[in-house]
Amino acid sequence: MTTEPSPVPFAPTPGAPSATAADTASGTPEILTGSGAILRTLKLLGVTDVFGLPGGAVIPLYDELMNQDDIRHILVRHEQGAGHAAEGYASSSNRVGVAIATSGPGATNLVTAIADAYMDSVPLLAITGQVFSTLMGTDAFQEADIVGITMPITKHSFLVKRPEDIPAAIASAFLICNTGRPGPVLVDITKDAQQMKAPFIWPPKLDLPGYRPITKAHGKQVQAAAALLAGASKPVFYVGGGVIRAKASPELLELAELTGTPIVTTLMARGAFPDSHQQHLGMPGMHGTVAAVLALQESDLIIALGARFDDRVTGKASEFAPNATIVHVDVDPAEIGKIRAADVPIVGDAKDVIADLAVAYREAITTTTPDITEWWTYLNGLREKFPLGYSEPADGLLAPQYVIKRIGELTGPEGVYAAGVGQHQMWAAQFIKYERPNSWLNSGGAGTMGYSVPAAMGAKVAEPDRVVWSIDGDGCFQMTNQELATCTINNIPIKVAIINNSSLGMVRQWQSLFYDGRHSFTDLNTGHGTAMVPDFVKMADAYGALGIRVTSADQVDDAIKLALATNDRPVVIDFIVSRDAMVWPMVPQGVSNSFVQYAKDHAPTWEEE
Amino acid sequence: MSTHVLSLLVEDKPGLLTRVAGLFARRGFNIESLAVGHSEIPGLSRITILVDVEDAPLEQVTKQLNKLINVIKIVELDPSQSVQREHLLVKVRADNTTRSQVLEAVTLFRARVVDVSTDAVVIEVTGDSGKTQAFLRVLEPYGIKEIAQSGLLAIGRGSKSITERVFKN
Repeated sequence: MTTEPSPVPFAPTPGAPSATAADTASGTPEILTGSGAILRTLKLLGVTDVFGLPGGAVIPLYDELMNQDDIRHILVRHEQGAGHAAEGYASSSNRVGVAIATSGPGATNLVTAIADAYMDSVPLLAITGQVFSTLMGTDAFQEADIVGITMPITKHSFLVKRPEDIPAAIASAFLICNTGRPGPVLVDITKDAQQMKAPFIWPPKLDLPGYRPITKAHGKQVQAAAALLAGASKPVFYVGGGVIRAKASPELLELAELTGTPIVTTLMARGAFPDSHQQHLGMPGMHGTVAAVLALQESDLIIALGARFDDRVTGKASEFAPNATIVHVDVDPAEIGKIRAADVPIVGDAKDVIADLAVAYREAITTTTPDITEWWTYLNGLREKFPLGYSEPADGLLAPQYVIKRIGELTGPEGVYAAGVGQHQMWAAQFIKYERPNSWLNSGGAGTMGYSVPAAMGAKVAEPDRVVWSIDGDGCFQMTNQELATCTINNIPIKVAIINNSSLGMVRQWQSLFYDGRHSFTDLNTGHGTAMVPDFVKMADAYGALGIRVTSADQVDDAIKLALATNDRPVVIDFIVSRDAMVWPMVPQGVSNSFVQYAKDHAPTWEEE
Repeated sequence: MSTHVLSLLVEDKPGLLTRVAGLFARRGFNIESLAVGHSEIPGLSRITILVDVEDAPLEQVTKQLNKLINVIKIVELDPSQSVQREHLLVKVRADNTTRSQVLEAVTLFRARVVDVSTDAVVIEVTGDSGKTQAFLRVLEPYGIKEIAQSGLLAIGRGSKSITERVFKN
């Protein structure tokens, strides 16, 4: 075993078609336009679906799109939709998501999705058109320095000005976005490079001497971690989204059952370990279960697997898990020690490291006999005393938690659930039971309102045989609902559940709790007792979707069943819910996790921020 | 705070400097000085960065720099194991009454006069920052009209090179 990184050898995606005989055998490579080279390269990399919207600087590319049928192009209504759709595509299927936009505003409209993919390590390939290379730097029409703009939010980016450079740039981008810690990569291609012709040479020579992701961990470190695990009396596996990106769920299940260790899955890791499993304590963090929050806080050994000690998980970082020894496993060395010093740092791919840990643990227990029965007694007590739950709203309106719970129960674990951001996102993370990785999609790091509808659309394209729900809020939905048109026109029958509390609910909750109930500009007037602008049912109808309104608990199941039975068009259910429902438990921002509050006024009091 | 000298071997690609400088800025690290130039290998540049940062954040900035695709190698150069030099051009007031004293300071510091006019001289001096700062203090009373200063340059002592260490693997 070695930590010495070696350059990544270039290998086309398994199963991808190889270059045609004409490209290689005859010795005279085919002459393609740059646009043709873009599409040929994508095809050879195994790409079958792209999301985009044309504009002046990508007309040549769109012209070539008409000449082929290997790649399905889905015309979105806004480039942000293309970006999130590509994210949803990637997050639901582990395949690279591709978004295409024109120069200037087209490209800048992708920025939010790129930033989102950067925060959540989503393999997103963004291809943007750029003005003619001769016009660059002159403030030409629809010119924007998109490479410069996205530098802080991409894993890497390329500016291509010559057609012969296109295959290597796109193949490099594809490799970078999909290996090591995944992330977004942008390829900006000038219009002249798209128009001019060049010999198409495949496979291209990739020149990435500075790109050496480490995947195989150091054996001694793994042994040290296993020894700690065997000797710990209060261990916990802190499972992050990296486990899902690494496709390491089977290995995790094996290690968990081998060791009997309690497990928590972060917001990004919901589904990495089955919710039905006895060892699963749920989600930790600001809105985590009491058992999961305290398991981390009071542990003597945290094994962090593809997790990054986000402030929403740790609370006040300096007071987080004060007695815990930290084993930190991550494929990105920069995450280790960033927030919390690691006693045993392990740089490597979660899939390999977890498998190695199991081997090392079997070795370790030949000399040490682990005993965590007391720890389990304590944690089981917490679970029993503080189960996830909710109370019926005092105003008699529908409980949002009930709606979300029923969607999960009636759809089941084979479905895909894409949430927006806010209260409904937290409830969806809490009350839907996830049994498999890639079934839960959300904007965890960036917290991008508007993620849900386009992400669900992308997931449905990647996984057409699955039921795909967008669990959205009335605020989020109004940011990207134009993609319902894309869904209807392209026969992408997603199901949207609007948890309509007529508010920017999470902000409203904070205003209720921490700002004396001063609800400054969080009223959206979409729900109960308001003018209901817009009327989401009419809106669904206008978009060619089936619109259903639900106002009481007895209508919930029928509406969900109707949605599940309707597959010839998208469905939008407007669930009119109480605006006073709050997300509990809660650890207020900036305090120690020891102050987790189970429900309002049901915990030690805390100082106001 | 303590200063550290980082030497980066990087691919000579458009936007490279923006990537490096932008990373420092957005992660909240302060660059004290920066020097960029070619390395002995065509297509590779060498960046020397003087950064004022504690040890733990230094590790973080090094790791973040390593993630940049165009960065090939980073080493921290220990002052005792490396040669570190700044280059300074300074224009000092020097007329008939003061010129000889200025020239005496030039000799003492092993600096060099590179331009002379009736009431000023331009002097170049090379050394570690202690020396260049001391030289400026000596010149101060005569009237410093202008200063142009390079970033710190540094190279490891002994026969090993940063590029050797990269390309042997």
